[in-house]
Amino acid sequence: MAAHAHTVKRYPGFLGWLWDWLTTVDHKKIGILYLVAGGFFFVIGGIEALFIRLQLIRPLNNFVSEDTFNELITMHGTTMIFLAAMPIIFALMNAIVPLQIGARDVAFPFVNALGFWTFFFGGLLLNIAWLTGEVPDAGWTSYPPLATTAYSSHHGMDYYVLGLQISGIGTLLGGINFMATIINMRAPGMTFMRMPMFTWTSFITSALIVLAFPALTVGLVAMMFDRIFGANFFNVDAGGNIILWEHIFWLFGHPEVYILILPAFGVISEVISTFSRKRLFGYSTMVFATILIAFLGFMVWAHHMFTTGLGPVANALFSIATMAIAVPTGIKVFNWLFTMWGGSIRFTAANLFAIGFIPTFVMGGVTGVMLASAPADFQYHDSYFVVGHFHYTIVGGLVTGLLAGIHYWWPKMFGRMLHEGLGKLTFWFYMIGFHLTFFVQHFLGLLGMPRRVATFLPNQGLDTMNMVSTIGALLMAVGISFFFINIVITSLKPRHATNDPWEDGRTLEWAIPSPAPEYNFKQIPLVRGLDAWWKEKLEGNKEMPPAEPLGPIHMPSPSILPFIMGVGLFISGFGFMYNLVFAVIGIAITLLCMALRSIFDDHGYHIEPDEPKKGEVAA
Amino acid sequence: MNRWHAGKKLALALMFGLIPLLAACGRADLSALNPQGPVAQRQFDVLVVAVGIMTLVVVVVFALLIYVLVRFRRRRGDNSIPEQVEGNHKLEIIWTVIPIILLIILAVPTVGAIGKFAEDYWDDPNAVQVKVTAYQYWWEFEYPQYGITTAQELVVPIGKKIAFELVAGDVKHSFWIPAIGGKMDNNPGLTNRFYLEFPTPGVYRGKCAELCGPSHAYMDFKAKAVDQASFDRWVAAMQGPAVLPEDDNIREAFVSKCLTCHAVGDQGSPIGPNLTGLGSRVTVAGILFNDTPEQEYVIDPAKTEENIKLWLEDTQAVKPGNMMPSAGDLQLTREQIDGIAKYLANYQLDYE
Repeated sequence: MAAHAHTVKRYPGFLGWLWDWLTTVDHKKIGILYLVAGGFFFVIGGIEALFIRLQLIRPLNNFVSEDTFNELITMHGTTMIFLAAMPIIFALMNAIVPLQIGARDVAFPFVNALGFWTFFFGGLLLNIAWLTGEVPDAGWTSYPPLATTAYSSHHGMDYYVLGLQISGIGTLLGGINFMATIINMRAPGMTFMRMPMFTWTSFITSALIVLAFPALTVGLVAMMFDRIFGANFFNVDAGGNIILWEHIFWLFGHPEVYILILPAFGVISEVISTFSRKRLFGYSTMVFATILIAFLGFMVWAHHMFTTGLGPVANALFSIATMAIAVPTGIKVFNWLFTMWGGSIRFTAANLFAIGFIPTFVMGGVTGVMLASAPADFQYHDSYFVVGHFHYTIVGGLVTGLLAGIHYWWPKMFGRMLHEGLGKLTFWFYMIGFHLTFFVQHFLGLLGMPRRVATFLPNQGLDTMNMVSTIGALLMAVGISFFFINIVITSLKPRHATNDPWEDGRTLEWAIPSPAPEYNFKQIPLVRGLDAWWKEKLEGNKEMPPAEPLGPIHMPSPSILPFIMGVGLFISGFGFMYNLVFAVIGIAITLLCMALRSIFDDHGYHIEPDEPKKGEVAA
Repeated sequence: MNRWHAGKKLALALMFGLIPLLAACGRADLSALNPQGPVAQRQFDVLVVAVGIMTLVVVVVFALLIYVLVRFRRRRGDNSIPEQVEGNHKLEIIWTVIPIILLIILAVPTVGAIGKFAEDYWDDPNAVQVKVTAYQYWWEFEYPQYGITTAQELVVPIGKKIAFELVAGDVKHSFWIPAIGGKMDNNPGLTNRFYLEFPTPGVYRGKCAELCGPSHAYMDFKAKAVDQASFDRWVAAMQGPAVLPEDDNIREAFVSKCLTCHAVGDQGSPIGPNLTGLGSRVTVAGILFNDTPEQEYVIDPAKTEENIKLWLEDTQAVKPGNMMPSAGDLQLTREQIDGIAKYLANYQLDYE
């Protein structure tokens, strides 16, 4: 029995509710915070996308100025990748992985909260640029010399560097946390090869994050020193080298896209399997293929640099390595198809997204193989062909997968089922709009349209397809609007979801109430095989067998320190740009919080077995 | 079949039906799908191999998917649990080995073409050397073998290897003539070499393919391929002495205000684009066309004159962020603007 058996002080009213959310270290709440923040940035990124497409609806349009256009494409890419896609991935990982492994929380709950708040304040810092009029405009890839102070003297690129640096800290913390959690906190009986696929992909994604994000950190530090402290890493006249940035950035950038897609692969495995009533076909191969994709993902970065002038040997090697990744990816696609084969397929909205993912991602993947061929890439590179490719994989792949996961796990997170009809409307508008938007872009590129162009000349054969692309974007906006309407309508309904609302849940999260109670599992379960919950259900059991007796449950205490640390970093960001005194103050605040956390021990609190349990009774 | 299953099939069929329509090869002076030179042709051939393989993969996956969705959808009232299949070794080996074979089929022409395109013709006595320096937002073309420099419009002889050395004068740019071949980056501080060939005479559109600032989309250039005799005449004309405005007033303005940055013939400065024979170029500032819609690439000097005035009066309106001051900044009078525009529009090189 621990010495500190204190209960958590909860305050009433709106301020109490706010305090609860600002101080939470509960992975389920942090998951919701990530979802809301990610959703917010997704809307911003989406509006930026619509403005881009409205500008490109016809040749020589002047919907926005050329400067603004460059700001829009930079912010759209940066916001969508770092502040929308990744946080929503973390939302699902946070909400679901501890439940799937039979744990009560992640390994480091305080750090988990810190990860969220640093991401959030980094994202806020970046987007505040819009309000100052000094917006990053050198592309999300931020190539020097364009990104250096010599050619980008306003603070725009500083917002990029500092916002991403701060946000990146959050991501790195998340990666470390999930690796520790998955390695150390699996329930008894859950060997690695009995973990659900979503947990496996979360694990490998976390490893990718831990290995790849430091490269970005290094690059951003170098760029920051060039811009703010007069260093010369990327100043050619002083002996610097711009290709250095390209290598460092893509060393991060390529694993980043696997960080983006692997969790989606995990979602697809779960959703397809559940709604086919069949176990995943070739589970061990799926695990191996995921590991291989991650490993190979570090070997291919220079395929983003085929036209940079690295030479034929480098180009040839990176071409071959890039093509190799198609093999494990293809294996996964066939395994999904054969999971459905012989199954009993139910077309819920969640499953529609998962099924729609397959042909869409395959199309994105095959254009990836086309791009892998360096000599052909000399034509495709920096044209709309590439824009088509990466939107097929990221939007048609990742975002579709996230929509599948969100619709699938919504009851587990919120205790309510999203409306199926609206979900299907979302799917059709979004999918059809998506293909209209991006399929034509492959042709635009081949017909001679470079990327990142604020406009294009008439009479080049580009007019119609650009218009089609814009119309598609508007359809996608309609689809996403249906999704938000769905969320609002659903939130007004009472919490009626059962433990296993899809009835065919296979994994541990479906063994507990929806939403999950504060402590997740009354007793840590005993896992007797792969798809542990399905196995118990098939043997007629209504509950997971326990792996421990009933007893007081040790929970981590909430803390306001992560929020304050985020604020400190936020202030320091402005300080680095405008007044170094504030940079020092901001960092001092953060360090002070770290000191407080280190000096004052908090052993958490306990929930007693006979306490009325928060969330246990369906409201 | 449920209505929306059919709808999904129809949507897919429509998409693929569009391919032959949309794959309209595009303009012969612009499209990578309408190759006009051996480099672009070889790149197109690799593309065809890749597309062929990829179409096969896509068709197989789509067919399997559609079959599975139709055949194994849950029937109303069916609550049975299907057989839980762990895997199938034979199948897994098949769909591992076949993709590997398909990739090898693509890898062979890939590596072959990489080798071919990496050939360095710079020191080849039969090649024409062109040093390309890219600036915000214009292209400088220097021909070291002939001691001439031009800008915005690259004139090359047909039937020869054109060996390029690419560099940037400020930020990264990328040199791309899609109908003739793939691109190569212009990096500041590092030169890149590659080559292209132009078998057919004509004007080809060049694009900048690396984000370089607000006028990235306006940094077009042209490549004009002409027969060897014409090319020789062009070189000779470029090597000739400067042709200056006849009127003293205009000449004085031109020399004092323009030749501080620009050059014509043997006079002036190399800082800005070379203006020799500007009247023979298809565009002014790379982006304002001097031809008429009825007769593409046939230059109308009246149009050229108009474009030069448009440019001079407000350079920032044409190419935001570019380095050239406008007429107002240079304190050019209306008369001087008109005179310079007329002079430049009529400064034509007789070589074709």
